[in-house]
Amino acid sequence: MLQFLARRILIAIPTVILISVFVFALQKLLPGDPVLAMAGEERDPEVIAYLREKYRLNDPVPVQYLTWIRGVLTGDLGMSLRTNQPVLVLIGQKLPVTIQLAVMAMIFALVIGIPAGILSAVKKGTVTDYAANVVALSGLSVPNFWLGIMLILLVSVRWQLLPASGYVPLSEDPVRSIETMLMPAFVLGTALAATLMRHTRSAMLGVLTSDYVRTARAKGLAERKVILKHALRNALTPIVTLTALLFGELIAGAVLTEQIFTIPGFGKLVVDAVFNRDYAVVQGIVLCTAVGFIVMNIIADALYFVLNPRLRKQ
Amino acid sequence: MSPKPPSHASTLLSVRDLTFRFRGQTQDVVEDVGFVLRRGETLCVVGESGCGKSVTALALMGLLPRNAVRIRSGTVEFRGERYPVNDFDRVARFRGGEMAMIFQEPMTSLNPAFRIGDQIAEAVERHRRCGRAEARARALEMLQRVHIPAAEQRLDEYPHQLSGGMRQRVMIAMALANEPSVLIADEPTTALDVTVQAQILDLMAELQADTGMGIILITHDLGVVAEIATDVAVMYAGHIAEYGSAADVFGDPQHPYTIGLMSSVPRLTGPRQRLTTVPGMVPTIGTMPSGCRFSSRCPFAAPVCAERPPLAEVGPGHRAACHFAPLDRTLELSA
Ligand SMILES: Nc1ncnc2c1ncn2[C@@H]1O[C@H](COP(=O)(O)OP(=O)(O)O)[C@@H](O)[C@H]1O
Ligand code: SF4
Ligand SMILES: [Mg+2]
Repeated sequence: MLQFLARRILIAIPTVILISVFVFALQKLLPGDPVLAMAGEERDPEVIAYLREKYRLNDPVPVQYLTWIRGVLTGDLGMSLRTNQPVLVLIGQKLPVTIQLAVMAMIFALVIGIPAGILSAVKKGTVTDYAANVVALSGLSVPNFWLGIMLILLVSVRWQLLPASGYVPLSEDPVRSIETMLMPAFVLGTALAATLMRHTRSAMLGVLTSDYVRTARAKGLAERKVILKHALRNALTPIVTLTALLFGELIAGAVLTEQIFTIPGFGKLVVDAVFNRDYAVVQGIVLCTAVGFIVMNIIADALYFVLNPRLRKQ
Repeated sequence: MSPKPPSHASTLLSVRDLTFRFRGQTQDVVEDVGFVLRRGETLCVVGESGCGKSVTALALMGLLPRNAVRIRSGTVEFRGERYPVNDFDRVARFRGGEMAMIFQEPMTSLNPAFRIGDQIAEAVERHRRCGRAEARARALEMLQRVHIPAAEQRLDEYPHQLSGGMRQRVMIAMALANEPSVLIADEPTTALDVTVQAQILDLMAELQADTGMGIILITHDLGVVAEIATDVAVMYAGHIAEYGSAADVFGDPQHPYTIGLMSSVPRLTGPRQRLTTVPGMVPTIGTMPSGCRFSSRCPFAAPVCAERPPLAEVGPGHRAACHFAPLDRTLELSA
């Protein structure tokens, strides 16, 4: 297993390099000049020249890349062109917010998706199964922004149960923090719940007709134990892997939800940076996200190993 | 049909009139099946693939998919209780305990995610209401009993670490852990190598001699039947074509299907034969002849065969479902 992980990490390295080159190149090809955006209304040529020099924008592009990547390797992602803060600090501030959102969304997704998947597999072909599938399909097809806005209108404006926006850090006031995140996490979690439900359902269906489930029944075990122990344990292996992968996607997908609920997270950082041509920040974020994705992928593979006795011992 | 008259050994299990079909089908997959199993004896159920042997066994164990099957009739007498076959809740109470089953697929019948010791112990805990440690001790005892080498070590291994033969031994250990009085073995050796097959059958015979359990052995290996059967039920297309003691069915087969099966099998010795010797195919549910189910392949088929023959007595405790049985009398008449 260690060998396998080592191989995965070795493959990950060129992947990250490729992504970094790609991200850097794309930035250069985009229209718009960050310096013009920074220089203000007057566009004083002297200021512009000074800024270009300061951010080494006059160097040839490959040199710019190497300068940047050297910084990255030493833990320096550069400075934000706009706020003049280190990119790493910005990311460090915003990422925990988004991770909190993603974790809460994942909890919603797991708590709804997996039991619903089990139920609809066990009750295959019944009204329960159809109902679960209709709800899941709706969960997948309803756009997040619409669901978010409807929730705000209903829960916050009409019933005044939860705040529509206004983020409170977890460390400051945990209860209030979780309260403000409930709706966005739900919105973000619904689509995932639907995905998880459908995967759980099909995994369970595959397993419920297996010979070892029949053996479990032949032992005289109660049906609940047959399903929740013998069947679920095997159906869960791909689901756990999927969850790790979805978690990476969740962080990327949080952008829109954060906008709707005005949460000052990763998403807001990305949007602001892109609109302001804040190269260093965009690059830093994309690189972080890519690395995050790859790490989640490796974790997913590792989990698959851990959960599979057949692979574990070899 | 009615069960055989009681003989010397005490009856463990008797089944009558078992008839059921799968939902959405217009014909029964199993019709009027009945038999008796006595203490210490082995009833072999033989017949070509698809004739309904496995589903009959699963019906007795209450393991048929509840909402996909319609049990139309069937009564079981077991442990002094008489109950309808579709009383699945009652069966659930003693399956794995008083009545246990092993399957044709040793490679996939154990849960790949759990240690084999735990899988056996689970069956013990369920029926003995005992603690973990006791169940584990019993699991170890059973692994030793089925002659698994280094049993203590094996207890903590996963199924993939064992060969097919070893896995079937584990299945037997699990099935016998609660000392069932009836063991149903559905082609327990079909998936195994020939030498391993013999070992598994010897093991079952050994354990039967120790415990006096009754075994229902489903097989299509006539050599095996000749060796170990006390009674034989020959199934064809969902019903019993012939039923009787092994001596009667082998020594004096009365149903043309049985005769076809036997004709190429050297008696009791010689290489084992598979049931592929009767020309033609088993009719499927849709193409089932309305009269005798065997008529589409029977060399003796006559106009009278358009009517379904009853499973009639041809000798003491020996029955055959053919209009022309008993054959010797028929031959005498025509001579
Ligand atoms: N769950 C099921 N649904 C529908 N048909 C089934 C099901 N299980 C078995 N059958 C059918 O029942 C018949 C008897 O099968 P089976 O008992 O497995 O035969 P065998 O004698 O080879 O053990 C076959 O035609 C099979 O296709
Ligand atoms: S009843 Fe007729 S068709 Fe059926 S087995 Fe006897 S002879 Fe053959
Ligand atoms: Mg079968």
